[in-house]
Amino acid sequence: MDFNDTPEQAAFRKAAADWLAANVPSKDEIKGMSRLEVAKLWQKRKYDAGWACIGWDPAYGGRGASAIEQVIWKQEEAKYDVPAGFFVIGQGMMAPTLMAYAQPQHLERYLPKLASGEEIWCQLFSEPAGGSDLAALRTKAEKDGDEWVINGQKIWTSGAHYSDFGCVVVRTDPNVPKHKGLSYFFIDMKSPGIEIKPIKQLTGESDFNEVYFTDVRVPDSQRLGEVGQGWQVSLTTLMNERAAIGAGSSGVNVGLAVQLAKEVMIDGKPAIEDSAVKARLANFYVEEAGLKYTSYRTLSALSRGDIPGPENSIGKLVGAPKMQQLASFCMDLLETSGAIWDTKRSKLADNIIGSYMGAPGLRIAGGTDEIMTNIIAERVLGLPQEPRMDKGIPFTEVPTS
Amino acid sequence: MNFEFSEEQQMLRDQARNYLSQHCPTTLVRRVLNNRETHDADLYKGIAEMGWTATTIPEEYGGLGMSSLELVVIAEELGRACAPVPFSSTVYLAAEAIMALGTEAQKEAWLPKFADGSAIGCFAMGEAGGAVTPDQMSTTMADGVLNGTKVPVADGGIADVAIVVCASDKGDGATLALVDLSQDCIDKDNVQMIDFSRGHAELKFNGACAEVLGEEGAGWAAVESLMNTAAVLFAWEQIGIADRALEQAREYALGRFAFGRSIASYQAIKHKLAKMYVKNTLARSNAYYGAWALNAGASDLSVAAATTRVAAIQASLFAAEENIQTHGGMGFTWEFDCQFYYRRAKLLSLAVGSEKQWQSRLVDGLAATA
Repeated sequence: MDFNDTPEQAAFRKAAADWLAANVPSKDEIKGMSRLEVAKLWQKRKYDAGWACIGWDPAYGGRGASAIEQVIWKQEEAKYDVPAGFFVIGQGMMAPTLMAYAQPQHLERYLPKLASGEEIWCQLFSEPAGGSDLAALRTKAEKDGDEWVINGQKIWTSGAHYSDFGCVVVRTDPNVPKHKGLSYFFIDMKSPGIEIKPIKQLTGESDFNEVYFTDVRVPDSQRLGEVGQGWQVSLTTLMNERAAIGAGSSGVNVGLAVQLAKEVMIDGKPAIEDSAVKARLANFYVEEAGLKYTSYRTLSALSRGDIPGPENSIGKLVGAPKMQQLASFCMDLLETSGAIWDTKRSKLADNIIGSYMGAPGLRIAGGTDEIMTNIIAERVLGLPQEPRMDKGIPFTEVPTS
Repeated sequence: MNFEFSEEQQMLRDQARNYLSQHCPTTLVRRVLNNRETHDADLYKGIAEMGWTATTIPEEYGGLGMSSLELVVIAEELGRACAPVPFSSTVYLAAEAIMALGTEAQKEAWLPKFADGSAIGCFAMGEAGGAVTPDQMSTTMADGVLNGTKVPVADGGIADVAIVVCASDKGDGATLALVDLSQDCIDKDNVQMIDFSRGHAELKFNGACAEVLGEEGAGWAAVESLMNTAAVLFAWEQIGIADRALEQAREYALGRFAFGRSIASYQAIKHKLAKMYVKNTLARSNAYYGAWALNAGASDLSVAAATTRVAAIQASLFAAEENIQTHGGMGFTWEFDCQFYYRRAKLLSLAVGSEKQWQSRLVDGLAATA
């Protein structure tokens, strides 16, 4: 066991660090650009120099980097304030699904532009009636010659408003039990019949959308997997979602909280000397460090070529509530000033209050805390599923609200 | 970077688990606990014959000269088995102290005997009323003469030698003493702890002869360092306890039926066990880093050791408590084994400093580097 770099890894780290130092865009360079424009500029720059999606096959824009090298790259890139997130879904989830199921000509057409950021992909899974019961989705697709015609509605589709393509799961046979009647396609988001309506979040932003499908046509050649195999294909996407969203470290962290606790006073002494403050900071750190080292241990499995397993659920399950509680704690340290969300008065407010407002979404997106906990119980600990009322009966007969 | 134990270390784990499942079944633990025995001497002899007591002792002193990575593998198995032996006192504390601070003569006097199991060591720091800092201590040593009372001392009643933390008017306020416990002027009184399977004693030193271990007035710095090592090693025992408790809870829940189905199929139980799994995973991951940092002499060992201990305390207490809860009424009986993990987890959570102390150490460490 060794948490230090080997000589080869150290050399890789240096190459990455040197390239980043020379190529991260300066403030002047990106003046006046939107965050999305900056993200695309940065992604293209990385792609042209061979630093985008480094774990991918070179034929598709990567450099075949090992899992450890990918971690090293992420560690080095994280030292800079560059926009991340626009490409997570496309590169982290859609691309592995394409790699597993798409035809070679599609891989050649779509993967390089996914890697370079020229094209952005979204995930069209959730529906208003389904919630955590993803397989109960109702958007349907009916065959018409060489095409399928899609009608229905998706919800919570992050980034649909700036996406070029998307992966959609639809019901192709409502007369069989729900899991067996699904199929999976990738579609052009500019197709006629697609209507995107932004949803305003409690944070005030509109990162996600409702997406309505009215007689949207998609070629059968864009189907991934067999007809009726849509659930299996979705599972590939979902398993990669856990690794992609996993142990995200954006927002408040213990380092920031420690700084704050050194500056703020309680009873005439720095808060960091208060034993109640110490206890909470220590507990947050146990989680933060524990998540980091757990992701390193999972890497060893990935390096052996194993698929990211359900153990990865712990990243989001622990990380999202922790972000909420840590942000809340930082606000508490500042007493009523902690509630000031005025960037002129508080430089940290965007980070701290932004984290507190965004955390509820993280505890729900990509699998709620409760579903993640169930998954650990069932898939990791092998405990029985609860009885379900819709098992084995045709979808058309399932009770619903 | 490589975040796994080596193949040899994994084989050592399998070997240790096998050995203990044969030679330390829960019936043995039960016997020691029922009879309030200080330890199982035969088991300790067998453990010494396996070479475990010699793991990190240098070869020149009769040891195997292996690393703390091998030792933590053994520690986890001993914890999982709730082995009633003076391994931690001798190996994690007494041997470590003498290896770090002893003169040649002191090392030669004790390390070979620790290695072959013929001598038992102990570490005497705490005093009545929870006193664990130099300014609270009343045990003193002057001109090689030791006076004072230490309680509770793990394995104090059966040890041949003790490392005793004494208050000093020099330096950092403490000096470590090395004391041969065969002297008549030392009163040993048995002290029953929450865990009846781990013998403890009150040691009263009435003008006992003692040698300085390390430097006078540098005792507190030495204790800080020894505590970091002990924290990591004990943590792996705690992880063994936590994992075993989760396994027991799971096995019981799967086989127990209520309202027509296994209680393991109810969310309240599923979520409880999943929460145990999450805490155990975080504790284990932190302990991986702690073990590596200890072995590598990493600069952030202080924070790593503290994080390791706090995580292990939290995971093992939760697992032991909820294991009983999952068992329902039977978990509360003398007859069931749940009590072993409950007692041992709580004892270890206090053995080398409480959660609160180590939370404080952790944050002091973070603040210093921030």
